[in-house]
Amino acid sequence: MSRDLLKFLAFAVLVLLAPLYFKGGYLMNVLVFVGIHTMLAIGLNLLLGYAGQISLGHAGFFGMGAYLSGILTATYAWNPWLAMPLAALLVGALAFMIGFPILKLKGHYLAMATLGMGIIIYIVFNETIDLTGGPSGLSGIPSLSIGTFTFDSDVKNYYLIWSITLGTILLTLNLANSRVGRALRAVHDSEVAARVVGVNARLLKVQIFALSAVISSVAGSLYAHTMTFVAPASFGFNFSVELLTMVVIGGLGSIYGSFLGAALLTLLPEFLRAAHDYDIIIYGGLLMLMVMFMPGGLVRGIPDLFRMLVKGRGGDGHA
Amino acid sequence: MQFDQLLQYSLSGLSTGAIYALIGIGFSIIYNATGIINFAQGEFVMLGGMFTLLFLETFKLPLWAAIPCAIAASTVAGMLFERLAIRPLRQPTPINLVIITIGGSILIRGLSMLAWGKDTHAIPPFSGDDPISIAGATILPQHLWILAITILIVFVNRFYFYHTISGKAMRACSYNRRAAGLVGIDVRRMVLFSFIISSAMGAVAGIIVAPLTMTAYDVGVMLGLKGFCAAIIGGMSSGMATVVGGLLLGVLESLGAGLISSGYKDAIAFIILLLILFIRPQGLFGKAESERV
Repeated sequence: MSRDLLKFLAFAVLVLLAPLYFKGGYLMNVLVFVGIHTMLAIGLNLLLGYAGQISLGHAGFFGMGAYLSGILTATYAWNPWLAMPLAALLVGALAFMIGFPILKLKGHYLAMATLGMGIIIYIVFNETIDLTGGPSGLSGIPSLSIGTFTFDSDVKNYYLIWSITLGTILLTLNLANSRVGRALRAVHDSEVAARVVGVNARLLKVQIFALSAVISSVAGSLYAHTMTFVAPASFGFNFSVELLTMVVIGGLGSIYGSFLGAALLTLLPEFLRAAHDYDIIIYGGLLMLMVMFMPGGLVRGIPDLFRMLVKGRGGDGHA
Repeated sequence: MQFDQLLQYSLSGLSTGAIYALIGIGFSIIYNATGIINFAQGEFVMLGGMFTLLFLETFKLPLWAAIPCAIAASTVAGMLFERLAIRPLRQPTPINLVIITIGGSILIRGLSMLAWGKDTHAIPPFSGDDPISIAGATILPQHLWILAITILIVFVNRFYFYHTISGKAMRACSYNRRAAGLVGIDVRRMVLFSFIISSAMGAVAGIIVAPLTMTAYDVGVMLGLKGFCAAIIGGMSSGMATVVGGLLLGVLESLGAGLISSGYKDAIAFIILLLILFIRPQGLFGKAESERV
């Protein structure tokens, strides 16, 4: 079939074989988070990179998925496999409802409104202590299991999370290359022009906002079951900015770019252990540098840089 | 609910509201001159307080000398920010501007954490802290300082925008940047001016509030967002509408915290923000003249 499918298969094989190379160990745990972050980055990228609508509140949707799954399974002893889709449905419905008024706004105003939304959600996590456990968090969330097989080790979680992440990638690749994807890019370039050729821009934006919230919510549920503990601090404004950084660094509108951004930002702090508190300086600096010098992100910036270097050397040879 | 309690909440709400108003005016000035919402606005508020502390404690200056130095230092930071982050931007689309000002704010916050640590610091009040009693409610001298300085700044601002050449040029830019350029106004200089004025105003706000609320490397986020709420209520005006917006927000927040729940205090501001954006994006007092894009 197409080149896209081949690319995806190659990526999937790499992902599935990676544990053989790392043989368990601490890095496996980090790679589980790369998977969760990849899902989140792809969710946000759908909105920001394809539809051109910014959100600074996606950590809120991530948190809602995590808390809904956590509360239903830990407090009310639901089956996790039932709680996860219900959480996704609720979060998606909420996003759909908020989407209509919020996506009427554009640019800076949209950024501020989504930011406000995220902070309100964060405050609710902190204040509804009876439900969420408040600032000290919610513990005792069960690991996922199928029959008697429980996903309780890093390697098992790795395969679980990455198979769902790969599914998400396949889904979004398909979506991006479909009629919907083309309509989204049209809205991104010019909403007026898209409307003129018959795209229901308003509904489309809201639908993609909801889809992106659903993806974030599923990532949240997976996060809750992997960590077996959630606390509001993981879902604050800083995490929304971190997600934004992943998408921008990887490259707007590129699915593999989102993976690259997520992997880089998840692995970087691990290598910068000593500088743990200072990672926010690095995020801030990276965000600014990328927008200034590599607005297309790593996926486009690196090939450009490479071409420039090759051409530069070629020129020297002739002279 | 007793009257004196209501009065108490309203009075303390007014002084925080004045702070929001100053920050909000800073947002509006930059927005009107450039079309940018400067997400780093709150960081200049934080820098005002932290620089005052630096001049007070490290350079052992008296308070009256430390304050102007701190305002000057924050203003230089604002200029640098415009020169190094905003001006070189090759594709100034709204999303890129949002991202770069967010990046800038994180960077400034991170560097401040590096320089001053994570502790909360206090600045001494300007003239003692003997409470003054008004009709059963008590306020601190610092509350009066805040209100007086805010009124002063609003008047100076008004004078600048309506009675000086550069103020008028700035207003021209806010109506139509291209036309302003055509009649010989150096638009890029006006952009720089707008950053200078609003970082100075942000710093003043940060300095006058610090004796009441303490200051730390991360106070800028919330203050900046609340200031933005004030500006939105005021319809991004750099005059009285934003002042009223700030005061309204301050009082509502204070009453909400006192009468409903202090935990949801911050949520109140953001719910107001969302409601205004959804229902009246042109601000409470504005006419729906153009789409805010």
